[in-house]
Amino acid sequence: MTSDPATTGAPSGAEAPGAAAPAAPAGPGRAVRAARYVAGRLATAVFSLLAVVVAGFFLFRILPGDPVRAMTEGREVTAEQREELRRQFGLDQPLWQQFLDYLTGLLRLDLGTSFQFREPVTELILERLGPTVLLAGTGTVIAALIGLLLGVRAGWRPGGRSDRANSAVALFFWSVPTFWLGLLLIVAFASGRGFMPGLFPTGGMVDPAASGPVETVLSTVWHMVLPVTTMVAVIYAQYLMIMRSSLMDERGADYLTTARAKGLRDALVRRRHAVPNALLPTVTLIFLNLGQVVSGVILVETVFSWPGLGQLFYSGLRVPDLGLVQGLFVVFAASVILMNLLADLVYPLLDPRVRP
Amino acid sequence: MHSHRPPPAPPLRLLRRVTTAGTALLLVGAAAAAPAAAETGNETDTLTVAIAQQVDSFNPFTAQLAVTTNILNHVYDSLVTVDAATNEPAAALATEWESSDDGLTWTFRLRDDVTFSDGEPLTADDVAWTFTTIMENESAAIANGSYVSGFDTVTAEDDHTVVIELDEPQATMTSLNVPIVPRHVWEPILEEEGEDFADYTGEDLPAVGSGPFVLTEHQRGEHITLEANPDHWRGAPGFADLVFRYYSEKDAAVEALRSGEVSLVYELTEAQATALDGADDIAVNFADGKRFQAFTMNPGARTQDGDEFGDGHPALSDLTLRQAIVRAIDNQEIVDKAHGGRATAAGGYIPARYGDYHWSPEGEEATLSFDPEAANAMLDEAGYERGDDGVRVSPDGDRLELRMHVHQDRPDNVNAGLVIVERLADVGIEVENLTVDPGVLSDALYAAEYDLIFTGWTVNPDPDYVFSIHTCDALPEEPGSMQGDAYFCDEEYDELYRAQLAEYDRTARAEIIHDLQRVIYEEAVVNVLAYPDIREAYRTDQISDMQIQPDPGGNIWGQDGYWAFWSAQPVAAGEGGPSGPSTGVWIGIGAVVLVLVAAGGFVLFRRRATAEDRE
Repeated sequence: MTSDPATTGAPSGAEAPGAAAPAAPAGPGRAVRAARYVAGRLATAVFSLLAVVVAGFFLFRILPGDPVRAMTEGREVTAEQREELRRQFGLDQPLWQQFLDYLTGLLRLDLGTSFQFREPVTELILERLGPTVLLAGTGTVIAALIGLLLGVRAGWRPGGRSDRANSAVALFFWSVPTFWLGLLLIVAFASGRGFMPGLFPTGGMVDPAASGPVETVLSTVWHMVLPVTTMVAVIYAQYLMIMRSSLMDERGADYLTTARAKGLRDALVRRRHAVPNALLPTVTLIFLNLGQVVSGVILVETVFSWPGLGQLFYSGLRVPDLGLVQGLFVVFAASVILMNLLADLVYPLLDPRVRP
Repeated sequence: MHSHRPPPAPPLRLLRRVTTAGTALLLVGAAAAAPAAAETGNETDTLTVAIAQQVDSFNPFTAQLAVTTNILNHVYDSLVTVDAATNEPAAALATEWESSDDGLTWTFRLRDDVTFSDGEPLTADDVAWTFTTIMENESAAIANGSYVSGFDTVTAEDDHTVVIELDEPQATMTSLNVPIVPRHVWEPILEEEGEDFADYTGEDLPAVGSGPFVLTEHQRGEHITLEANPDHWRGAPGFADLVFRYYSEKDAAVEALRSGEVSLVYELTEAQATALDGADDIAVNFADGKRFQAFTMNPGARTQDGDEFGDGHPALSDLTLRQAIVRAIDNQEIVDKAHGGRATAAGGYIPARYGDYHWSPEGEEATLSFDPEAANAMLDEAGYERGDDGVRVSPDGDRLELRMHVHQDRPDNVNAGLVIVERLADVGIEVENLTVDPGVLSDALYAAEYDLIFTGWTVNPDPDYVFSIHTCDALPEEPGSMQGDAYFCDEEYDELYRAQLAEYDRTARAEIIHDLQRVIYEEAVVNVLAYPDIREAYRTDQISDMQIQPDPGGNIWGQDGYWAFWSAQPVAAGEGGPSGPSTGVWIGIGAVVLVLVAAGGFVLFRRRATAEDRE
C-alpha cells in the first residue's frame, strides 16, 4: 500500500525530534554533547515562552470590542461609572505601562486580576485546573489505550478486515465536530426523550444536592461519562493512526526478518520486536497531548458545562476579560512548551539512535 | 488464506484488562450513582433555574451582570419595588413615601418588622448608610451610582424614617432599585478593604440580607444555592431551595429542562421555544417583551463641542432621506420573518408592556408608516435620482450605498437585517450587510464609522435612563466616549426630557414621555422595529403556580422584584405526573446492567475467539 491515509489523519508534530542525528561520530565527549543538546532545547523553550508572553498581551488587545462597554452593556450606568471601571482595570494607562505592569507581574508569577470575576487570575486557574485535568486526563488515557490497542492490530495487517473497519470508524469520529457529537449524546442519553430514559446528567460536574465524599465521587463519575465518551470518540483516531503507521513502517524491517528466521512466533515478533520500536513516535504524540490536556477540551467543557479551564476561557473571551484570557493563554501555551521540552529530553533516553 | 490470530502480547493484554476493568468500574459507579442523581433531581422543594451567564461578584455595590443583579434581588430588599400586576411602584421596605412641595425632599417611612437573616433589625440607618456609601465611595458606586447621582444627602430621621434631599427634582425616586445592605456587616468590610473594595467579591457565605432567600453556597462555574428565609416579612417562599445551575450551552440547558434536571430555562431562541412547545410536563411562556429592537442611522456624528468625526454617509444628515428609509421598511414583516410572529411591531420607543408610557404612532401621527411608494416619491422629490443600476444618487452626488452593522450573535437582528436589505433595494438604496462580531459593531459605533447599525435596550419600569442617552449631554466629549448610542441631539427633546424628570404626577409625566417618543419617531435617527417576546419554559410537574409580571402577559425570569420565585409553589408529592422518578431510575439501571452484560459477553467471546486461534 503506497497511498497511506494513516499519516494524513495524524498531526505532523509526531515526527521524531532529532531523528536525523548521526550515529555517534567522533568529537567531544558524550557528556558535553548531551549538555549542549539539553541547553539547546532549554533555550528554544525559553524563547518560545517569551514569544508567547508578548503575543498573549498584544493578541487580545487587537480583539475588537471594549471590555468596559461589554461589561456594562444594557446596564444603566453613567459615564463616571465607566471611567471608574476603566481606572480599576488599568485601561486608562498607556499601553506600554500596561505591558510593563503585566511583565513585572509575570515575574512574580502574578497573572493579574480578572475584570469580570474580580479575583486573581492565578487563583481562578488553580480552582479550575482540577476539573480539567480530571476530565482531559481520563479522556486522554482511555483514548490512548483504545487507540494504541486498535492501532497495533490495524498496523500489523494493513488492509485487513479489522484494519479497514477500525480505521474507517476512527476516521469517522475524528471528523465529527465535537460540539455536535456532544449535543447528540446529550439528546440521546441525558434528556429522556421518547423511549430513552435520561441515563446521564446533561451537564455540570457534580449534583448540587450531593453531600458527603462517597456521593460526590459517584456523582462526579456519573457526570463524567458523556463528556469523556465524546472526547475519546473524537481523539482516539490519532493514536490509532500513529500506531498503525509506525508499525507498518517497521513491518518490512530486517530485524523482523531475523526474528522470524530465529523461529519466533508471529505474536512474539510483533510484541517483542515491532511494537517497542513503533511506540517511539507515539511517545511524542502523548507528550504533546499531555500539554494540550490543559487547553484541549474547551469544546467538550462548553457543551457539558464542565467547570474547567476551557469553560473559563470561553466566558473570558465573551467580554473580552483581558486579564483572564491573556493569563490563560500563557498557561495553555506554557504547558505545551513544557511538555514538548520534556518529550525532547526523554526521547534520547528511549531511543539510543537519537542520542546526541 | 491462512488466518492465524496470535494471542495478544502481555503488555497489550494488560492494557486491555485495564480498559475493561476501567469501563466496568465506570459503569458500576454510574449505576450506583443513578438512583441518587435521579432522586435529587426530582426533589420537589428545590426550584432549579438554568442560568447562561456566570456570576461576576456577590458584592452588591459592584456586581454588574444581569444574572447577578437578578439573583441578588432575592437576597436583599430595596426601598420600593415594582408591582407584580401593573408595573407601577409598590411598597417594599418603605410602606409610604412623599415629596415636599418643591420636590427636593423625599421622606420614606419604613416597615418596623424587618430583620436581616442574622437576626439584627433593618432600620433607617442601614438605608441611609447604603446610599451614602454609594454617593461617597467611587468603588462602591460601580453598580448603582446612577441612582444617586442627583442626591444631596440621605439621613435617618428616626429608626423608621429616611429623608433624601435632592439637588434637582427627579421622578425616578420611586424606582430606586438599590439593594439595602446591613451596615453592621458591610462597614467593617469597607474599612478593611479600603482601596481594594471593588475587588471584594462577597464570597463569605451565607450572605446577610433581608430578602426572601438567603444566599448560602456558590460553586463557581457550577451552581449557586439560595435557601428560603422563613421569617421574611412578606411571608415564606414556597420552595425551600432556589438553585441556579450554570449551563454554558443553551441547547444543553434545554435538554436539562426536558430531563427534569432544571425547572426553568429563560432567554430561549425562537427555535428552542417552538421545539419545547407541546412537550410533556413543560409549559412555554411567551411574555410581552421588555426589550426593543431598533436600528439607528448615523446623522453625522459630533462631539459636544460640535466637532464632526467618523465616516457616516453624508446624505444621512438629511431628514427626508432618513424618513424615507423608515417608510420603506415594514415592521410587521420583521415581526413575521425575524421573530416568527412572536413580537409586537413597534413605532414608539417604550415597549407595549409598559401600558401608560408606551406610545404608538396612530392616525395623523403615523407619518412614517410603511409605504414604499410614498418613500420613492419623497426621494424623487428631494432630488435623489436613480442611476443606471437603479441605485439613487444624492443631490450632492453621493451614491446611496449604505453599510449596515448587524450583531452576528443575535439571530433576530440577522434576519431583520436581511429584510431591511431587500426593502431598501425597493426604493433604490443599496445596503452592504455587515453581519459582525458585537465587539466590531461596538467599535464602529463609538468611532462613528457606520451608516445603519442595530441596537436595542431592555427598558426598566422607569424609562428615564433610555431617554437620557439621547440628550445632547450624551454626545461624546471627545470621539469614542459617547454615553448614548445614536449621536442624537435635539433641543426640543432635551427640554421635554428635563420636564419629564421633574414631573412627579405619573399621568402628566406619561404625556411628556409620549411627546419624547414622538420626537424620536419623527427625527428617524433611532428607529424601533419590534418588541420581541420574552421566551422561557418551565416544568409543570415541578412548579404548580407562579406570579408573572405584569399580569397578564408577563415574564418569570428577570422581573423587577422577586415575585416569581417567592410565590412559586412546588407540585405536591404524587402530582408529579405518570412518569414518576422510580420508573426512569429502574429503566436506567436495567440499561446499565444490559450494557455490562453485553460488554462481559463480548470480552468472553473475544477470549474464546483468541483461544480458538491459538489452537
